[in-house]
Parts: sequence; C-alpha cells; structure tokens
Amino acid sequence: MENEFLVDSDKLSEAALKRKHEIENNKSVRIDHMKFLPNMDQLESDIQDKVLENLKDIDWDSYTDADVYRALAAKTPSIEDFKALLSPAAKKHIEKMAARAKIETAKHFGNTVYLFTPLYIANYCDNYCVYCGFNCYNDIKRKKMSFEEIRHEMEVISKSGIEEILILTGESPIYSDVKYIGEACKLARKYFKNVGLEIYPVNVNDYKYLHECGADYVTVFQETYNPDKYETLHLLGNKRIFPYRFQAQERAILGGMRGVAFSALLGLTNFREDALASALHLYFLARKYPHVEYSLSCPRLRPIVNNDKINPLDVHETELCQILCAYRIFLPYVGITVSSREEKHFRDGIAKICATKISAGVSTGIGDHEEKYEAYKEEEEKESKASDFDKKESIKALQQEAVSENEECGDEQFDISDRRSFDQMYDDMAGEGLQPVLNDYIYV
Amino acid sequence: MNKEDKLVLGGREFNSRFILGSGKYNLELIKAAVENAGAEIITLAVRRANTKDSENIMDYVPENVTLLPNTSGARDASEAVRIAHLSRELGGGDFVKVEIMKDSKYLLPDNNETIKATEILAKEGFVVLPYMYPDLYAARELENVGAAAVMPLASPIGSNRGLATKDFIQILIDEIDLPIIVDAGIGKPSEACAAMEMGASAIMCNTAIATAKDIPMMATAFKMAIEAGRSAYLAGLGRVLTRGSESMDPLTGFLRD
Amino acid sequence: MVKINGQSLEVAGRNLLEVVRELEFKDNSYVIEYNLEILKKEFYDKTTLKDGDVVEVVSFMGGG
Repeated sequence: MENEFLVDSDKLSEAALKRKHEIENNKSVRIDHMKFLPNMDQLESDIQDKVLENLKDIDWDSYTDADVYRALAAKTPSIEDFKALLSPAAKKHIEKMAARAKIETAKHFGNTVYLFTPLYIANYCDNYCVYCGFNCYNDIKRKKMSFEEIRHEMEVISKSGIEEILILTGESPIYSDVKYIGEACKLARKYFKNVGLEIYPVNVNDYKYLHECGADYVTVFQETYNPDKYETLHLLGNKRIFPYRFQAQERAILGGMRGVAFSALLGLTNFREDALASALHLYFLARKYPHVEYSLSCPRLRPIVNNDKINPLDVHETELCQILCAYRIFLPYVGITVSSREEKHFRDGIAKICATKISAGVSTGIGDHEEKYEAYKEEEEKESKASDFDKKESIKALQQEAVSENEECGDEQFDISDRRSFDQMYDDMAGEGLQPVLNDYIYV
Repeated sequence: MNKEDKLVLGGREFNSRFILGSGKYNLELIKAAVENAGAEIITLAVRRANTKDSENIMDYVPENVTLLPNTSGARDASEAVRIAHLSRELGGGDFVKVEIMKDSKYLLPDNNETIKATEILAKEGFVVLPYMYPDLYAARELENVGAAAVMPLASPIGSNRGLATKDFIQILIDEIDLPIIVDAGIGKPSEACAAMEMGASAIMCNTAIATAKDIPMMATAFKMAIEAGRSAYLAGLGRVLTRGSESMDPLTGFLRD
Repeated sequence: MVKINGQSLEVAGRNLLEVVRELEFKDNSYVIEYNLEILKKEFYDKTTLKDGDVVEVVSFMGGG
C-alpha cells in the first residue's frame, strides 16, 4: 500500500490546477533533479557516490539470526553488521539490541537527555513536495512572523526555561530570505544559549553568515536517499535538486557550523534503505570532518492539513525502535533526536535506550506558542484522572480551540503527537531516572 | 582463501599479506624465508657499502618480489628523503618505507618528521608506507599527504613483545581509509593472527623470524597465522556468549504497533 | 683530505672511480653520493676528487 499524497484545493485557479496536474503527471515537464542549478554551490565531494554505492543490490531478507548475533557481538560493527541490524531478521532481537544500545548510550552520554524547542517563524514554501503540509499547492494559512513577533515568541519560550532553540522555516528563499533568518538568529542569541537551524539548504557563504549571526547547528533532511523516488516526491523548487540537498551538511561544515543533523523521512519508501543511507551519509562525513558534532533524527510520515490519511506505511514503533538501536550500535557517538511526531510513551521509552535529545513545548504552527502554552498549562494543572488517550484528545481539542481563536497564526507543517510543555517534560524525564540537560556548551 | 582478496598498495596488487624483513639473518636464508613465507614484498635497508668480501643482498632476493627499501638510520625528514633517493638509484623501485627515529633507546618513530617526509616523497611519486606510532591524528595526516598505507607499531621494534598497542591499532583500522600494516614488535604467529582478525591489512615482521631457531619454519608458521587471521576477519567472527540473563523488566515493553 | 664513508683519505686530485675500485667496493651494487648529490654512474670516472669532498658509497643490506 502506498500513500495517496495528491490533494487538490478548490481555491486554485483553473490555470494553476492545470499546471499542478501537468507537473504531477508528466515527468518530462519537471527539471532534471540530479543537476545543480546555476546559483548553487557544487562541492568536489565523493560522499554522495559512496553512500549511493552502498545502497546497491541489498537483499534485506538474506540476513539471518546469526548475522544479527555477530553484529551485536562486534566491538566496532561494520557497515555489513549495521545492515544486519536494520534487516527484518533483527526485529525479533529488539530487546537485545536495546540492551546493547543502552550500554553504548551510557558510555558516550551518561544518562542525560537534552531538551529543546523548535520555533517555526514562517511557513511560506516554494517547493512542491507532495507529502508536506507546507507545500506550495496546499491550501493553508501562510504566515511569516515579524521580528517583534519572533522576539515575543522567543521571550515566551525562554521564560519556560528552554535554553536551546531550533529555528525553522518553510523553504522559501523569497519570503524568508537568508537576511531574515539571520536577524532571527541574532534575536535568538539574546534569549538562548544554543541556536539551531532547520531551513532550506543554502550556499557556503550563507551558512557562514548565519553562523556569524549566532546559529551553529544545521539540520537538513534528505527525505529519501533513493534518487528515483526523490524525483517523484519533490516536483518543484530548489528542493527538487537531490545533490544540492545532499551536500547541505558539508557546506554547513565548511561555513563553520559546529554540528549538523541528518535524516530521511521514514515511510516515504523502503525505510531500511533510507535509514542505512542516513547513517552512512553521517558516517562518511564524520570520517572526512572528524571535528564536527553529528546527530540523526528519525521522523516518520505524519498526517498534514488537508490530508489526514498520510501514514508512515510499515514503519511501526518496533521498526522505528529497531532503526534507532541500530543507529546507536553502529554510531555510538552521535546524538539521536526524537521529535514530537512520536507519542509520549515512545519518547519516554526511547530516551532510556538511545535518544539523547527530545523536543518539548512544541508547536509546528506559526506564532502560537503563547496560546498553546497557556492552554496546556491549564490542562496539565488539572492532573486529570483520565487515561492518557483521553488526555491527549482533550489537549488536542484545546489546542485546536486556541488556534482557531487566533486567526493571526499560520497552519502547522504536520500533526504532532506529544504536546507536553517544557516543565512537564523536564519532570517526566527526571521521573524516568534521566538527567535533563538544557545546554552544555559555549558558542565559539 | 578468496582469490579476489588482494592487498593493494600504490595501485599494485599482492596476494600475500606478509611483508618480510631481511635484517639480522644470514643472506643464505633469505631465499628460503621468502619462499616459506610466501612473501611478495621484502624490506631492505640502505647502508654504507662494505668493501672486499661483502655480497650483494640483491643476488639473494627471488625475482618477482617487490622491494620495500626503508629509510632506517634517518633522524629527520630530510635524511629520510635523502635515503629514499639513494634507494631508488640503487634499483629499489618506487616503494619506500619511511622510518625515522630520534631515540636510540626505544627506537620509537617520530610521527612529525614522518609526516613531512611522506608528503615530500609522495609528491615525488614514491609509494610511501610510513612506519609510525599509532596515533589517530598522525595517521589522518599521513592519509592526507598521500601515504599508500600506514604501518603502526605493535610494540617497540625488535622487541618481540607483541600487540602492546592493540586498542590504538584498532582505532586506526576503524577510522583510516588506507591499508593498516602492523609493523614492529610482533613476536609470535598468534599475535600476527590476532592483528589480522582485527582487520589489519598485512603484517610486517622481521625479528621474530630472524631470532627463531629455525628461520624458514618460523616463516611458514607466520604465513599460516596471517592467512588464518585474514580468513577469520573476512568470515566475520562469530558471536560470544555472555553469561547472565536478560533483564526482568524489558527495555522495549513500551512499544505499541 | 677526502671523506669516503666516514674515513678520511689522502686522495684529493685523483679519479673517483679509480679510488672506489681500489677500495674494493663490489662493482654495480652501490650508488655514490658525492657532496650530498647522487652521482650518475657515467660521471664516476669523470669526477676528480678535491680537498674537502664528502663521498658516500651505499648499497642495500638486510633490514626490517
């Protein structure tokens, strides 16, 4: 079963709709997704070739229990061992994988867990990525925050106690240009000790500029590492160019960023292949730039506004847990971030095994932290006796209410599943026996 | 042994992963040692020529064996470069093992000077195999400046003390995209085998063989050990059973599908 | 005085090849470094030693 991504809006003009359908149905009108556009930096780098080479001819069903045992026993697991851990054969050994992953995590990170908040400052987007709520054809409320609004949101978030922020935008170099994002970084430096970016990929000089403005961690998701599949999902915009996106982390490193993060969007296509590629992307870059800090995320497909049917196909929680344990065993030194796309029980559980960073006080909408924070606070204070499920549903209802009351806000990129506030998350993590950490480094 | 499993150095392919040293023993035995070892590479030193009765070692090295002249005696990069030039002039080919030592007590290699010499010689077209102390940063530098392999020491040269630097050699094997040839200090075939199991690409050995009671037989023993270790590495080591049971409280009990 | 392989010899003014042969170095198994420069074989008998020259005659030996 594949996802049905394509949705038409009745607000599009006939001409626009015609154009949309042509792009969707006729590959020949879409530009070459493997060719850099003229204004894009093109690095001399063999990392992409190395990663794609390793994806060739894998027979995932050929791995056996013995391969998994061997991988679990290896002191430094090889790429082949890593494949065994991602294979279907490893699924039933999940408890053993978790045990090994827990040991590796403790060796490198102790029992800490970092907390941060993402802040979406604009949701305009020039790309047409069929699975994304921000895509340029999706009929959503668009919003770009003014600097005063950004400052206010940051103030609200920093008051909650958060010290690390991740600034996100839709991918529109027109509406949210580098200068605009740079100003947001400068503001963020005043309220937070650590500023990360999850924005459209830019050139080395722009990364350098954004670093000077205060950002020093860059997250870019490749979505899928299968170039053919990539072509069918990213139909318009700069994001269509696969290799430019692939080289984003390397450009960020050359621009002076302290750390970079990677992921595929799990569920778009063969998730084992995408998980393997995400880790190898990091692995080969880490060999080339050993001084950099690296981390992996693990987003699964989520429902979006106007398409609530989108789901992560066969990436269930067990598979996700398997992937994360495999990441930890193969790359014991990297950070692993688990976003609020996942539910509370999963985030609580995975933080005890291998996750090192989780978000709290999350809204993927634009400019609505204050309303949501107020709404959740009331709810959390009630200490309701209701079950987790009821509680979640009622918080969701509250949140929708809060947003619908505020016509000023922009729509969300995707539905989130864990709406815990920072305070709640801090207490919950401490309650799980973990040590929540807000910030542990100094900007240089 | 897999026929496709070749050791590649400077674009040249070798079937044998045993690099034999030729020091400290009778020239008469060199041929037998090379044959029993199945070695395709043999190291030599450049020294002041002897007069009168001296014999030419080249007459005892079987044909088709690649020479790997070393720069022993060099105390800095410029001396190593000078010796490499002389060895090429002597017909030693374009392979060179850079070996620079400033310490006459422990004979430990000087990584800084080794990096300098490697850079110069690699630029001149030599296939450079630097002998080094197993330090990750130095190995990365050697890779960057054009080394064809790195040759970390297992323990002080000539000591037969075995894999004293095992954990650090493992780091180089894991992190460096060049063949790792364990050189110096390997005293027993079992140690050579262990290094190959770890993923080393080849073993360079001299004193352990030169000081054995039966030199050709020890060369055979090393050959077998190196092949066994290589096969074990390629085969993938089996799991190790640990005692104790799984936790009563499963870590993954929270998963809901 | 000329230094040959570390030994000081009174051979200034004489032909290099002649001196080397007299010292009984085995033909064709050595290379000569003359004042730190490698000397091509065809220059051996065209070189006249002078006072202060440093000559190294080297060959391969066993080594690890």
